[in-house]
Amino acid sequence: MFGLTPPPGPIAPPTHTVPADARREPLFLDFFYTLRGVGVPVGSWEWLTFIEALARGLACADMKRTYALARATLVKDEKHYDAFDQVFAFHFAGAGAEVLQRGLGDALKAWLDTPIPPPQLTEEERALIEQYDLDTLREMFEERLRTQKERHDGGSKWIGTGGTSPFGHGGANPAGIRVGGQGGGKTAVQVAAQRRFREYRKDVTLDIRQLGLALRRLRRLGRPGRATEVDIEGTIDATAKNAGDLDIKLMPPRENRLKVCLLMDVGGSMDPYADLVSRLFSAAHGATHFREFHAFYFHNCIYDKVFRDAAMYDGMSTREFLRWLGPETRVVYVGDAHMAPYELTAPYGAIDHWHMNPDTGLTWLQRLRNHFSHHAWLNPISERYWGHPTIRMVGGLMPMFELTLEGLEKAIESLQ
Amino acid sequence: MLEQFSGTESYIASVELQEAVNVALTLQRPLLVKGEPGTGKTLLAEAVAKALGRPLFRWHVKSTSKAQEGLYVYDAVQRLHDSRFGDKDVGDIRQYIRFGGLGQAFLSNAPSVVLIDEVDKADLEFPNDLLHELDRMSFTVTETGDVHTAAVRPLVIITSNNEKELPDAFLRRCIFHFIAFPDAELMAQIVKVHHPAVRQTLVDEALARFYWLRGLSDLRKRPSTSELIDWLGALERGGIDLATITDRVPLLGTLLKKEQDLEALARHQARRNQGGGTGGRGR
Repeated sequence: MFGLTPPPGPIAPPTHTVPADARREPLFLDFFYTLRGVGVPVGSWEWLTFIEALARGLACADMKRTYALARATLVKDEKHYDAFDQVFAFHFAGAGAEVLQRGLGDALKAWLDTPIPPPQLTEEERALIEQYDLDTLREMFEERLRTQKERHDGGSKWIGTGGTSPFGHGGANPAGIRVGGQGGGKTAVQVAAQRRFREYRKDVTLDIRQLGLALRRLRRLGRPGRATEVDIEGTIDATAKNAGDLDIKLMPPRENRLKVCLLMDVGGSMDPYADLVSRLFSAAHGATHFREFHAFYFHNCIYDKVFRDAAMYDGMSTREFLRWLGPETRVVYVGDAHMAPYELTAPYGAIDHWHMNPDTGLTWLQRLRNHFSHHAWLNPISERYWGHPTIRMVGGLMPMFELTLEGLEKAIESLQ
Repeated sequence: MLEQFSGTESYIASVELQEAVNVALTLQRPLLVKGEPGTGKTLLAEAVAKALGRPLFRWHVKSTSKAQEGLYVYDAVQRLHDSRFGDKDVGDIRQYIRFGGLGQAFLSNAPSVVLIDEVDKADLEFPNDLLHELDRMSFTVTETGDVHTAAVRPLVIITSNNEKELPDAFLRRCIFHFIAFPDAELMAQIVKVHHPAVRQTLVDEALARFYWLRGLSDLRKRPSTSELIDWLGALERGGIDLATITDRVPLLGTLLKKEQDLEALARHQARRNQGGGTGGRGR
């Protein structure tokens, strides 16, 4: 099984597991769990790929190459490079200052030099892997992080606590992985410790892709463009009518005809959800399948102006907005609808005083509602708290859904 | 037996990149390469093919690409046309099957390299549609029922510009490498390869200004490696000596391509001149 062409089926998640020697040297398994602990999504598939690569002698007992190999097989997105580098530095420098003193990664080298027969995954081994429950691990890890903060003030890095398993060996100390000088002589650990990939990091965990996939269902297909595609059915019909003489028919390719407009509440009570909303925005913006996509901003409620930018400098009168966007446009509001009642019901009630709105927010919302044929209001506040008076009022006007994947799917259904 | 890639004369690869290519070769997994535009993602496939002496098959993905097109396209229109005017045997469907880059690589008996360029341009589901073919290295031509299986696994190199998130199932199968922007040291080597004759002083001056430019915070599009190389070429041909021109960047059009960026640079220079000091060109 090992070393041969991959078995039938998907590219094999290799069936062998951590070699026996690696287990004796918990360096590696700990490395894996620490990676997971800091949120690098390494699965057993990636891990076993790494082990397989090691077992085939790819790293040649060279730390720099081991670093490259581990990164290429374990990390699938540059936003995790930074975290990976830190864990690597922590483990292979941190795997103790004493290891460093002995010369880099002696334990690792010794392990790499021994040819490793690939054992099958036994029950014991499985148990060994499973004994670490991820949540416990994470808790322990966070606990460690907290204590660390208290001990070294300002030291936000978790690198280098004294190590109870599974978080490291020996009391590695931040000084132990100080970044080395410039130039050619950098060890892998020093390279890793440089944190060259810090700027690629974005701790966005909820998947833009998931949101994007959900949005894809929002479509109405038609054939509006130029006829460039062969219409096989039509051609056969026409040819038959033409007494077998070929008569090729063309038709326009299928396209989504849907126009979508996103109206987002920003600032104030929406701040805690800014990240979530921006993810939705990225997903919608990246969805290339809409015929038109527009995004506008408002604060708490919509009055006589909507804004093209979140800072609300670049405004457009809402009347013009309504003239410009046809009623067939699908409108998605994103907001908590949580405000003082007078912001909805009183003239001049807008939270931003410069608005000076003679018409109430509710009037404006009604106008929007009457203009467009399909609406959905996505609310980041959990449905349990929708008893609030303004949420009830807005919810009475527009169909309201929770801003979750599930809510989004329901909203999309109602927009079809 | 074990093939190794360590860059070519004209393509300088970092240790990490070399290792990633070698892992992909050994484990026979696709290699996914990301990085800023102009860092040589596409060139990598050419370099690997050249270094290993393998043929290269290309497949440039477009926003309308379907996964199947990389394998084959059935030219129904040609066949219809031939049925009317042609003298070919239209009963033989096989002559209307045209193989795409991936398909050709599967059919090739010798080991090859396949470049799937800009995989993120296509539809969100596109990478998932390729999983089966990449796993099994075989595909079926529906029109003829022929099954084509690769005799040797080609090395598949996939590039992405990060326009869309790629599906997990796809990522899991890939070896991943992100080409970081080269540091000055590596960049000097790269420049040497492309302009071996350029004087060292000019290279040093040019690199210093280049990294200073890249360091400006408000640039919309930072100049990339390929632009630096063009710029150096232009400087050399124009016989421009950077050391004598300290107050501006000559031939700026090769480095900055956006109106706003030129304005941003002008602002920086004005500020610097106001500062009065001869100042550093330091980064």
